[in-house]
Amino acid sequence: MKENPLIKYLREGSLPHFFCPGCGAAQVMNYFLQAADKVAVDFDKLVAIGGVGCTARIPVYLSADALHGVHGRTLPWATGIKLQNPDLKVVIFAGDGDAAAIGGNHLIQAARRNLDVIVIVVNNLNFGMTGGQVAPTTPQNLRTMTTPYGNVEPPFDLCELVTTAGATFVSRWNTAHGHQGTNAIAKALQHKGFSLVEFVAQCPTNFGRRALRTGDPWKGIQWIEDNSVTRDEAKKSSAEELAGKFVLGDFVDYQKPVFNGSSVFIEETVEGEGK
Amino acid sequence: MAKRRGRILTGKHFMLGNYAVVEGALAAGCDFFAGYPITPANEISERMAARMPEVGGKFLQGEDELCSIYAVTGASLAGAKAMTATASAGFNYMQEGIGYAVASEIPCVIVDVQRCRGENYATQSDVMQMRWAASGDYEIIVLAPASVQELFDYMIKAFNLAEKYRTPVVVMSETTIALMRENLVIPNGNDIKNINRTKPTVPPHEFVPFKADRDATPPLPDLGTGYRILHSLNPHDEYGGISWDPDVFETMYDRVIGKITRNRDDIVETEEYFLDDAEIVLVAYGSESRPALDAVQKAQSEGIKAGLLRLITVWPVPEKEIREVAQRASVILAVEMNIGKYAGEVERASHGYCEVVRVTKNRGEIHTADEIYAAIKEVAR
Repeated sequence: MKENPLIKYLREGSLPHFFCPGCGAAQVMNYFLQAADKVAVDFDKLVAIGGVGCTARIPVYLSADALHGVHGRTLPWATGIKLQNPDLKVVIFAGDGDAAAIGGNHLIQAARRNLDVIVIVVNNLNFGMTGGQVAPTTPQNLRTMTTPYGNVEPPFDLCELVTTAGATFVSRWNTAHGHQGTNAIAKALQHKGFSLVEFVAQCPTNFGRRALRTGDPWKGIQWIEDNSVTRDEAKKSSAEELAGKFVLGDFVDYQKPVFNGSSVFIEETVEGEGK
Repeated sequence: MAKRRGRILTGKHFMLGNYAVVEGALAAGCDFFAGYPITPANEISERMAARMPEVGGKFLQGEDELCSIYAVTGASLAGAKAMTATASAGFNYMQEGIGYAVASEIPCVIVDVQRCRGENYATQSDVMQMRWAASGDYEIIVLAPASVQELFDYMIKAFNLAEKYRTPVVVMSETTIALMRENLVIPNGNDIKNINRTKPTVPPHEFVPFKADRDATPPLPDLGTGYRILHSLNPHDEYGGISWDPDVFETMYDRVIGKITRNRDDIVETEEYFLDDAEIVLVAYGSESRPALDAVQKAQSEGIKAGLLRLITVWPVPEKEIREVAQRASVILAVEMNIGKYAGEVERASHGYCEVVRVTKNRGEIHTADEIYAAIKEVAR
C-alpha cells in the first residue's frame, strides 16, 4: 500500500489521532498539510499553536515546534514568539471557543496590531470537546446542552470581526470546499500580516446530534453547505435573505506594516543635525 | 539625536525602586518585557518602554495580564530572557500563565509589586498567593528584596535561578521599596555573573526533550532550531508526548517539583544578624526586615539577646535555617505586614522547638522599629 505523502509532516508516534469519525477539524488538518506542502513550508521554522479544544489538538500531531494546552491564550504566545523571532512561521489552530469566546479580546487585539501570524479557525458552532454547549458562534434558535430551549443569543461573524479590527487577509470556507479552503490556507501562509481562515465545520458527535438531531457527518456537512452562500451571491442578497447564512470567500487581502512591539526606538532628528 | 544608552548603567545612582528593577533586569540580560498598566508597577513598564528598544530588546504593552504573561512564555521559548511586572490584582490574572510556565518548564521572571486590595497601600499580603495561587501541584521560587539596591541585585538572582532551573521566579516587591528612591550602585558588566539556560548538545534526532534525573533540569533549545518539541501543559512523557498514563503524570511532576525541592540548599538564601546567642529571634522578609533589624539593634544596645533571621528566599521555605534557630532560641517573632500569613510556615518549620509569636500589621503601613521593639520587650519580660 502506498504511504500518504503528507505523513512525513506528522509527529512520529502521535497517531492514531483522537478526532471523532467525520470530524471537521481532522479535515482541516488535512487541508493545512496540503497547503503547507504546496507552498513548501519549512517545518523546522514552523511553530504550531493550539489552546484547548478539539481543533487545538492539531499542533500535537504536527512534526514541528508546538505549544498547546491553555484555553484562549494562543495569540499572546504567538505575540511573544513573533516579537522575539520574526523569521518563524507561526500558525494557530483555534476552535470557535478559543478564538471567539475566551480568546476573543486577544484575537481582535492581534488583528488590530497586524501581528504576522496565521489563524486557522475551525468553527464547529459549539463547544465540542466539553460535550456540546452553546458558543458565541452558535446560530440562533438551535438547541445545545446549555440552550435546551434554543439559543437566544445572536452569533459572532468572526471574519467581519477581524476584518474590522484590522486583519489583512481573511477568508471563510466550509469543509465541503476543500480545494478553495486549501488555497486560502496557502495564501495565508504566504501572506505577511495577520491572516485568518475560518472553516465552518461539522461536529457530528455534539453539534450534529444535539442541534441538528443527526450524528451523520455527511448530513452535518450538507446542512452547513445548504446554509452557505458565496461573497458574490451575498452582495446581491438582502439582509433578511442572509440571516443565518455562512458567507464564503475572501473578505480582505492587503498589505500594511506588521507589529514589531509597542515601543520602537526612533533616533530623533534635531535642528542642524542630519536632514 | 536621541541618545542610545547602554545596557548596563555602571555607576552610582539615586534611583526609584521600580527603575532599579528595570536596570537589574537589563544587567541580567533581559531582552523581552510585556506588561499591562497597573499602579504601583507602572514605572517598570514605562522605563522598559524606553530602555528595551535602546538595547535591541522588545517591549509589549499587552491587552491584559494574561496576554503579558503568555507573551513572556512565548518569547522565552523563542530564546529571550523575558519578564513581566504587575501588582497584586494583576498577579491574580497571571496565575494561569505561571501554572503553564511551571508545567512546561519555561524560564521567566515576574515582579509583583504588592498592594492592598484596590488601593496602593504597603502590604505583604500576597506572600501566600505567590506560592499557592496557580492550579495543580507545583513549587515556585520567590525572592524578597528590602531595598532599591536589592531590587537591582535580586533581578539578576531571579533571572539566574529561572534560567538554571527552567522555571518562573517571582520577585516580591512592595510599594515601600518600589516607590522609594535610594542609593544604587550598578557594577561593571564584567562583575555581573549571568547564567543562561543550557542548550542541547546533541542533534534533534538524538535529543529527548524532557529527559533528566529526578533533581535535574533538561536543556531547552530555542523554537525554530529544528528540535520540533511539543510544549504542552498536559502531562507529558520524556519525549513531550501527551499521555494519560498515571505513571507519566507522577514521573513528570516528581521531577518538575523535585528539581526545586531537591536543590533547596542551592536555591535558599538567608541573612543572619546577632543569631549566635540570640534568645529572641525575629524572622522577617522584604521591607519588614529593615525595621526588624533596627529593633534588634536597639534591643542589643539594651542588653536583650535578640537576633534576626532575614529570609531572602521566601519560597521554598528556608526550612533548615528556621529549624536551627528554633532549636536555639526561646521564642521566635514572625514579623510581617499582613494578618500573619507566613507565620504559619515559620511555626511549621520550627517543629515545636520554640514558641512562635506573630507580630503583624495590616493597615497599609510598614512596622516602625519602635513597634517591633515593643514586641521584643513584651516577650523579653
